[in-house]
Amino acid sequence: MDGVDLATVDWARYQFALTAMYHWLFVPITLGLSFLCAFFETIYVRTGKEEWKNTAKFWMTLFGINFAVGVATGIIMEFEFGTNWSNYSWMVGDIFGAPLAIEGIVAFFLEATFFAVMFFGWNRVSKGFHLLATWIVAIGSNLSALWILVANGWMQYPTGMAFNPDTVRYEMQNFWEVLFSPVAMAKFTHTTSTSFIVGSLFVISVSSWYLLKGRHLEMARKSILVASVFGLISTVYAGITGDQSAYVNADKQPMKLAAYEGYYKGETNADIVAFGIINRDKKPGDNQDPFVVSIKIPGILGMMATRGFGNFLPGIDDLVYGNAERGLLPAADKISRGRQAINDLTAYKEAKKSGDQAAAEASLTKFKENQSFMGYGYLQKPEDIVPPVALNFYAFHTMVGLSVVFLLVFVIFLRGAVKNTLMSSHVRLFLGFISFFLAMIASQAGWIVAEVGRQPWAIQDMLPVNAATTNIGAGSVQTTFFLFLIIFTALLVAEIRIMTKQIQHGPEGV
Amino acid sequence: MIGSLDTAILQQLWWILVSVVGSLFLFLTFVQGGQTLLWQVAKNDIEKNLVINSLGRKWELTFTTLVLFGGALFAAFPKFYSTSFGGAYWVWILILFTFVLQAVSYEFRKKPGNLFGAATYEAFLFINGAVGILLIGAAVGTFFTGSNFTLDAFNRVTWTNPLRGLEAAFNLFNLAMGLFLVFNARALGAMFLVNNINFSGVPQLEERIRKSCLQSLICALPFLVIILAYVLFWDGFGFDQNGVVSIESQKYFTSLMKTPLLFVQLLAGLALVILGVFLTSFKASKAGIWFGGLGTVFVGLTVFFLAGFNDTPFYPSKVDLQSSLTIYNASSSHFTLTAMTYVAMVIPLVLAYIAHVWYHMGKLSVADVQDGESY
Repeated sequence: MDGVDLATVDWARYQFALTAMYHWLFVPITLGLSFLCAFFETIYVRTGKEEWKNTAKFWMTLFGINFAVGVATGIIMEFEFGTNWSNYSWMVGDIFGAPLAIEGIVAFFLEATFFAVMFFGWNRVSKGFHLLATWIVAIGSNLSALWILVANGWMQYPTGMAFNPDTVRYEMQNFWEVLFSPVAMAKFTHTTSTSFIVGSLFVISVSSWYLLKGRHLEMARKSILVASVFGLISTVYAGITGDQSAYVNADKQPMKLAAYEGYYKGETNADIVAFGIINRDKKPGDNQDPFVVSIKIPGILGMMATRGFGNFLPGIDDLVYGNAERGLLPAADKISRGRQAINDLTAYKEAKKSGDQAAAEASLTKFKENQSFMGYGYLQKPEDIVPPVALNFYAFHTMVGLSVVFLLVFVIFLRGAVKNTLMSSHVRLFLGFISFFLAMIASQAGWIVAEVGRQPWAIQDMLPVNAATTNIGAGSVQTTFFLFLIIFTALLVAEIRIMTKQIQHGPEGV
Repeated sequence: MIGSLDTAILQQLWWILVSVVGSLFLFLTFVQGGQTLLWQVAKNDIEKNLVINSLGRKWELTFTTLVLFGGALFAAFPKFYSTSFGGAYWVWILILFTFVLQAVSYEFRKKPGNLFGAATYEAFLFINGAVGILLIGAAVGTFFTGSNFTLDAFNRVTWTNPLRGLEAAFNLFNLAMGLFLVFNARALGAMFLVNNINFSGVPQLEERIRKSCLQSLICALPFLVIILAYVLFWDGFGFDQNGVVSIESQKYFTSLMKTPLLFVQLLAGLALVILGVFLTSFKASKAGIWFGGLGTVFVGLTVFFLAGFNDTPFYPSKVDLQSSLTIYNASSSHFTLTAMTYVAMVIPLVLAYIAHVWYHMGKLSVADVQDGESY
């Protein structure tokens, strides 16, 4: 776009990635652990046994420490849309702003208000009201996830809106289409269920450490029991929602799917690569093998992505260079039509300004022929529509591979907790201890697929990142990047130290 | 039902809603004010813990209200969001930065292994209370003094001052606005602490807090005079029925005169704040915060209404008058404003449960900060 240099765009992206990834270190723990705290407290209220209260209180302490950093890193992200992505904010603020505001009204106040009850209300409110507060914090946290993920889902699959040439922005036409878009729903269910896995593995990890040290044995066993049931159910559900996510990707964002599968030449009954090493010299359109080494399972990708046999699934090359047989336009055509749309829109605005009604009408009619390609007009070349294949491929396969490990962890820990044999294997406890760190990797990898997989688009097919950025100059964005890097790293280090001290100190009375 | 309302009505309704949220935020800055009072009023660990824990049960409300203020502006007036946040970059970034520091400070301050020590987190709280509020005041000041931006045909913002928003803090009016808010927040902070803390066993703390309330008001007065002088005598920005923006002499004074209710609201607001201070500093009353809080909301509403109503652009551009933002050219579409209005109907419910919990959580006593569950 005229005026915004590429360095500014890149730094704005680095900054968003930095803040989002830091934020996402804390949020999945919050989403999962909040429900686990609610489970522990519910058991306490039902059984009246003090040890469950102490168990709940212990996990709540860790929850609170984590929650604070989640809040600190979260506020930046809301305002970053304005500071670093101001063109984005104007172009889609009419649609994107609403879920953010709703998140504030219906979710953040629930969390903020009942958080104080959960932590300081033990002796001030009744048992029942306290339990309600804990549940509300859990539900409120996950409700806030719903709204922000609806907003994100809309960026992946913009729907329920129309472009208004007079205001030069997209405007909402159907709220329910935005809220219940298949992508938004897949995003919400997959993100929350995987966060429950992270929260559960956090509990298993800390508890395994206690068992390895021979401390708080009973609390650790009980915590593992609850967490592995929750984790196991969540993993199964995450598998279903993950499959659904891939299916909607194939439908709405085929380029993202092709990138994370390393899939170049479209075919029917496409094979899936279960394991592979990407050929780094591979470029779109050439005849090289995308993989140096790969293990393929025939027909599976086509079946999973299209939910049927014999269906064609487009690959990267089909999407970049077009496929006349399958009715796919080449990106080059989309780019030239997009440029035409931008020119016609500019002409329309100028004619309107000078009061030339006839010329304005004519430009508007021409604009409407190509308006759905407008976003492509900001791209330089057809290959720009391909996201980084290797990064997406490895991130996706890491995520999926680790999810199998988590399933195993939950099964063997559930078995151990039920049979009371957790102490019998140090290898198992060690696996439990490291599983949380693997979950962090899987969780971050998931967001890499979601966000890097969408590149070059800020909003799929509508607004590329280089047309969404604030024209501010790389210097300012670079400075704030390092400012946030330093402060967030300092807070992370402090958080980890406080957390480990609390864990070493352990729960009271159990 | 709401969908059949005129766009202009919805735009005005949303300016009122945004003003209410913004004014409630100003009331809730008693948390920030209290944070800056910490060193002045609390002389030992117990007193410090009382002040911190009293504020610590409320800080998230203030924080969330700020977030909602941003979210509501984004949803209802996205052109302000894109123009101001993208343009006045540094002033907003620094404000946010101070809130990032605040968000961890209550939780981390007393925890073992917190890396920087309690004093550092207390300093973070002071920075948030002083610098954060000062800059917010300066940013609100630009609603009246104008900013340095132009918008192109596609509504993309170009900021013409290299300080990127920080220049706002070097304008006398904006600075007065910022400092007034800082001292008003301190007065409110004192009123809140007097209300919320059970001072048995720490009578000196109560005495110091009550005294600081009056001091804060006295410090705020010169800045209030500057603000009022500007509003009454200086020129302002206005637009005609075609939306053409121009400088109008004594614009804000004229607006006040045209809408006597606004004038009464301003006077009532200031009187209530003074009454709150009086009750706190000269009487043994604990009720000051309710008067001071309501007064602050009234003053805040006057400020926002003056900025947005009576054919006034609420975010004027000094360098290109026609780029100025009005509530009519900066808003969301009719559809989005309608949808958001339906959502806004849950706000009374939100206020009700906040009030309920506030009531049930009661007062804070010395015993409460010694039970191991406190910050």
